[in-house]
Amino acid sequence: MKTNKMRVLSIPYIVWIIGFTLIPLLFVVMRAVTDPKGGFTLANLFAIFDPIHRKALILSLLLAFISSVICIIISYPAALILKASRFSNKKIMIFVLILPMWMNFILRMLSIQMLISKNGLINNLLEIFGMNKMSLINTPYAIILGMVYDYLPYMMLPILNCVLAIPDDMIEASKDLGANRWYVLTKIMIPLSLTGIGSGVTMVFVPSMTEFVIANLLGGGKIQLLGNIIEQEFSVSMNWNLGSGLSVMLMIFVLITTLVFGRTASQTDRGFVI
Amino acid sequence: MSKKLIELKSISKSFGACTVIEELDLYIRENEFVTLLGPSGCGKTTLLRIIGGFETPDRGQVFFDGEDITKLPPNKRQVNTVFQKYALFSHMTVAENIAFGLRIKKKPEDFIRERIKYALDLVNLSGFEERMPASLSGGQQQRIAIARAIVNEPKVLLLDEPLGALDLKLRQEMQYELIRLKNELGITFIYVTHDQEEALTMSDTIVVMNRGVIQQIGTPESIYNEPINAFVADFIGESNIIDGIMTADRQVVIGGQTFECVDTGFEKDQPVDVVIRPEDVELLPPDKGAVTGKVTSVIFKGVHYEIQVMSSIGINFLVQTTQYFSVDSLVGINVIPDNFQIMHKPKSEDEQILREGEDHENQ
Repeated sequence: MKTNKMRVLSIPYIVWIIGFTLIPLLFVVMRAVTDPKGGFTLANLFAIFDPIHRKALILSLLLAFISSVICIIISYPAALILKASRFSNKKIMIFVLILPMWMNFILRMLSIQMLISKNGLINNLLEIFGMNKMSLINTPYAIILGMVYDYLPYMMLPILNCVLAIPDDMIEASKDLGANRWYVLTKIMIPLSLTGIGSGVTMVFVPSMTEFVIANLLGGGKIQLLGNIIEQEFSVSMNWNLGSGLSVMLMIFVLITTLVFGRTASQTDRGFVI
Repeated sequence: MSKKLIELKSISKSFGACTVIEELDLYIRENEFVTLLGPSGCGKTTLLRIIGGFETPDRGQVFFDGEDITKLPPNKRQVNTVFQKYALFSHMTVAENIAFGLRIKKKPEDFIRERIKYALDLVNLSGFEERMPASLSGGQQQRIAIARAIVNEPKVLLLDEPLGALDLKLRQEMQYELIRLKNELGITFIYVTHDQEEALTMSDTIVVMNRGVIQQIGTPESIYNEPINAFVADFIGESNIIDGIMTADRQVVIGGQTFECVDTGFEKDQPVDVVIRPEDVELLPPDKGAVTGKVTSVIFKGVHYEIQVMSSIGINFLVQTTQYFSVDSLVGINVIPDNFQIMHKPKSEDEQILREGEDHENQ
């Protein structure tokens, strides 16, 4: 009886995932392994190793990696401070953290564009203080800035959750046994919050790697991430087979990274990480 | 007498407007098993945390072996703590947990392996090296927590209600284990509990606290048999605390009836608290005994019956006896002179606070 009821409850989600994820995915995979005439080919998949595509993939990986690292560097100390501050109103904390998400995404990116453009606020200020203007816009740095700005809450929330969940008496016990602050951080805090870091990285790294809107807006179309190339294959070149092939390869990379982070996280739960 | 290892001098601590410890002086001797006993909120855990270095007193000093350690952080103190909720490191194996302190001290791995084995032997958990804490029962986790503390050979082991989360049977077993450990290791134990039975079973010295003030310090026997005030009498075991008047030496009047007691040196007609342990009240046939009474309730407690008797002098007695009396039966009540504990009514402000606190808890 009970399991039957559960099955009924799961129908909406099953319909959703079949209609909007599995079937489209099937189409993408089918196009990826066929040429425009419908014949089987692996060329679309191996196209990832073309110099231009390879360069875009490496840049995508690099920017996603750097953005994730910067997000960790900002989030982790903040989480530690929030834990230590005994500021216990978690609702307000989370509200403040997700406040940027209340603004429209395009609006946020356009604001950053204004800030860092050639005659934007930052360069005006630099000029007032007699310093040279910086060319920030249309560089990979601008894209990283945009990604960090956009994805920071997704890193912050799981890390904060994890760090807050570490029992105070566990930290006290480690100090009691002679651990200094550094030792407490590296042997207790970080290992016990690796799960949070892991899911944060997954939630920042994966969308960063497939990103193309931020690259369009802040990269001025000059910085080609793999996401941009795929988008162009679909909307400009109308080569859906190549676009699908690259998409599938990107998916495989995403899957690999997710598995790696997922494994790290589950290993810590069992305590295998040093 | 062994030397004083820890000395607390006029310690005060408050959290916000709430004073937890007030002007407290205490010393603890080497190799003593000292229990800080009191109701929740009496300041006993705060006092332990001050000794462990997790709290700094607002005023006063902590001395360890003659040296002022008031401002020393916990990782620099020669004491180790066993926490109430074990606080084992959930991401480490049992062996890694036990090795934690030794690795910080950079002891050689051979030595660490030997110590882990020794510590696990000591807490009867040999062979548990590679287990994860989450796979152990509460009692086993607590033993590991103790092993993790004692491998560091602390001079003092602090235990914060370590048996609080265990069931009765396990708690009693662990009490014997702790006594054995203390004797084998020859180190000082400072033990915090609100459980008077635990305190009486294990301690060399009991420190009874209430509202941040020490009420009485003494051996379990002296605290039980000669409580210094009504609070201690009431907290250590159950007691009948009755208003009385000392009309002469060795003579106390309760509810208009004169009883013989052994106390002297009170002023004539001085109001006093009379404390009688429930097991010291004898129930006899109605024609015997000093006063008569009627049984109002009987509860079977396993070892004894707990009986409420309303006496003819208008005072309700709590009685513990192995003999059964049915409700509404008439009985004679007798207490031998030795078993009347006569106490001064609280006079000072401190004591008044204690009484108020006690009333408060009774509500």
